[in-house]
Amino acid sequence: MQNLGGAATHMQQTSNNLGTSGILESITYLTGNPVMVRDMAALPAKEPFDEEVMDFLNDVSRAIMGMREAKAYPDVVTFGFWIRKASLLNLKKRFGRSDGDLHMGRGIVFHIAPSNVPVNYAYSLAAGLLTGNANIVRVPSKDFPQVAIINKAIHESLESHRRMKGYICLIRYNRNKEINDCLSAMANVRVVWGGNRTISELRESPLAPRAGEITFADRYSFAVIDSEEYLRMPNKDKVAEDFYNDTYLTDQNACTSPRLVAWIGNQKEGAKKEFWEHLHKIVKEKYTFQPIMGINKLNSSYLAAVIWHGVKLETHGDNYLVRVQIPELQDGLMELKDHSGYFFEYDCGDILELKPICDNSHCQTIGYIGSKEMLYPLLRSGIRGVDRIVPVGKTMDFDLIWDGYDLSGQLTRIIKVNV
Amino acid sequence: MDNRMGFEEILKIPPYSLDKENKEKLLTRRLADLTEYHRENCPEYGRILESISYNREKVASYKDLPFLPVRLFKEVDLKSVPREAVVKTMTSSGTTGQAVSKIYLDKATSSNQQKTMVKIVSDFTGSSRMPMIIVDCPSVVKNRAMFSARGAGILGFSIFGAKKIYALDDNMNLDINGLAEFLEKYQGQKILLFGFTFMVWQHFYKELMRLRPEGIRLNLFDGILIHGGGWKKLANEAVSPEEFHRRLRDVCGLDSVHDYYGMVEQTGCIYMQCEYGHLHASVFSDIVIRKPEDFSECKIGEQGIIQVLSTIPESYPGHSLITEDEGVLLGEDDCPCKRKGKYFKVIGRLKHAELRGCSDTYAANFK
Repeated sequence: MQNLGGAATHMQQTSNNLGTSGILESITYLTGNPVMVRDMAALPAKEPFDEEVMDFLNDVSRAIMGMREAKAYPDVVTFGFWIRKASLLNLKKRFGRSDGDLHMGRGIVFHIAPSNVPVNYAYSLAAGLLTGNANIVRVPSKDFPQVAIINKAIHESLESHRRMKGYICLIRYNRNKEINDCLSAMANVRVVWGGNRTISELRESPLAPRAGEITFADRYSFAVIDSEEYLRMPNKDKVAEDFYNDTYLTDQNACTSPRLVAWIGNQKEGAKKEFWEHLHKIVKEKYTFQPIMGINKLNSSYLAAVIWHGVKLETHGDNYLVRVQIPELQDGLMELKDHSGYFFEYDCGDILELKPICDNSHCQTIGYIGSKEMLYPLLRSGIRGVDRIVPVGKTMDFDLIWDGYDLSGQLTRIIKVNV
Repeated sequence: MDNRMGFEEILKIPPYSLDKENKEKLLTRRLADLTEYHRENCPEYGRILESISYNREKVASYKDLPFLPVRLFKEVDLKSVPREAVVKTMTSSGTTGQAVSKIYLDKATSSNQQKTMVKIVSDFTGSSRMPMIIVDCPSVVKNRAMFSARGAGILGFSIFGAKKIYALDDNMNLDINGLAEFLEKYQGQKILLFGFTFMVWQHFYKELMRLRPEGIRLNLFDGILIHGGGWKKLANEAVSPEEFHRRLRDVCGLDSVHDYYGMVEQTGCIYMQCEYGHLHASVFSDIVIRKPEDFSECKIGEQGIIQVLSTIPESYPGHSLITEDEGVLLGEDDCPCKRKGKYFKVIGRLKHAELRGCSDTYAANFK
């Protein structure tokens, strides 16, 4: 793969030699088969927001909404809602281009979904389809019921959209460089979820020279709460529920999960008391606590106390919720972040005090309660991080702009006709 | 330790002689003193106590004292003596690539560890020294500046041996001829054997089994085996403690077998298994079983996380620790072996958390 023609040669080998067949045969197919993967290169790319794609996704949405077992999984329902026709049309309105040029899918997108988030693969697939591509998606290795439900809906819908079949291949395999090599060589775009280690693992497998890559690296997020605004909100249980979904629902371990809560305004102590008490109540009801978590959080909080002067620890009489009050924000704070209900907390006088934790590319989302305008001075201060600000309760909401990337642009190409 | 309660006083007490009430009084006084001492002498520990607004006035029992996670010793250097006073640094036996605990000992703490262990073990073996078989290889104790858990265990127990022989060479082969000679020479005497549970099983028991068809046997009817280090590896081979004991009796007649529970972070205060199969806390230390969800104390019979408390540590703040082991308190002051104090069993290691989240988890983290 040293010379420029190398990739093309490699592609030919991929479709001809037995080694490749062997590799493709060794994969588990949830949808599709080895022959389909080999034929994908010949499949026409589509224009973004293609009618058939949108009809198909809408049918998947209907199938999901109609399944009784789906109701138990809010993440599945949310996905079903996201791919219903009205929502897709809204995306089309936002991301469809009317610049006079032609926009097309780039061809084959190879997606590596994170192993421990159940529905992420489905969003990645939907993004690939909406942008007009054929998709090979490695789904989580763990047998999540959510995956089975969504796949069932996809299978059913493919029966009435047979022409879509070639565009969707869902696979499972254990970490394996040969398979990574083979599928990476075929891909026009590779989409890698799963954090830094998975990215570096996939980077061992070369892409074709013109192929692109989108990588979702390890990130962290935090929340800013206007204490006065919070105290004015009528439904504190709803706020707690929203914050629970942002954090505990993914063991506070998603890139979008707030790890720190910064308080602003003049009623910090009162707001904190209400906020955490309401959250604690919901956590006790809903969260599956694992025995080691208390030790993990105790260790992390003592470590924080050793490293920074003036740290104060607050618990709520148990190990479900641990709060670590930090007197001063410093660079490196987030290296000591933890999960499963472990929050740094900071009393913020001026919003610009938050700069140290925003001024690097690891910082992804700010969840907020209050007016978003309060964050603008921070966002405009020249920080290197922060890709999105969203209200608390919506940090997990997927969009075609994700992690700072415009997926609709990165997964399509432009044929310049309008000169 | 100025006018606070000294360890010498405690050391005079026979190891299993105090009942619940008297032991609680003793431990509360000594352990609260140690907490105060380390707060003044270990700045990092002082900051931890500051973060939880620790107040001695609110301590009614040693059970109210804060505890450090054992893991913290892997991440931070914690010591309450100046560097010049450190005579030994002990390390935990971490798997390759993992961080290891570093425990700093000065002369007094190191010597108290040894004295304490002598008191505890003598209660089971008698006070005279015995010919001793160390079921390990000589190289494990070679580097004396950095003691591994295995090396420290061997050196600690070596003081009970009059004449010593290593059962294995540095390639982990059983020195069967050397052992046969050794046993012949000390025929009629009680023989002490010491080793790590897995080493005893893998390199001693299995080898003796292999040699049996060749007619080669060792006779250890008069032996007493003390072994520790945990059952994790043997559980993988589905070997229970009972089976371990039975098979050893079958292969070499060894019938007096005592497991012990202990850790590098609290060397000296080991928990010996009595003839009824129970692990015992001596007057020098104690365990508290705590609920994972809120660290409140478990009742007898209730499974929880093991907190260990030791009256020894003066050179490092390791007198009250929460382990990552699960156990069950079986009773207090009423074991049929007549030893006073708590008796318990260890269930095993806590499982790592299974987490959701965008960043993939790797199996390698869980080894």
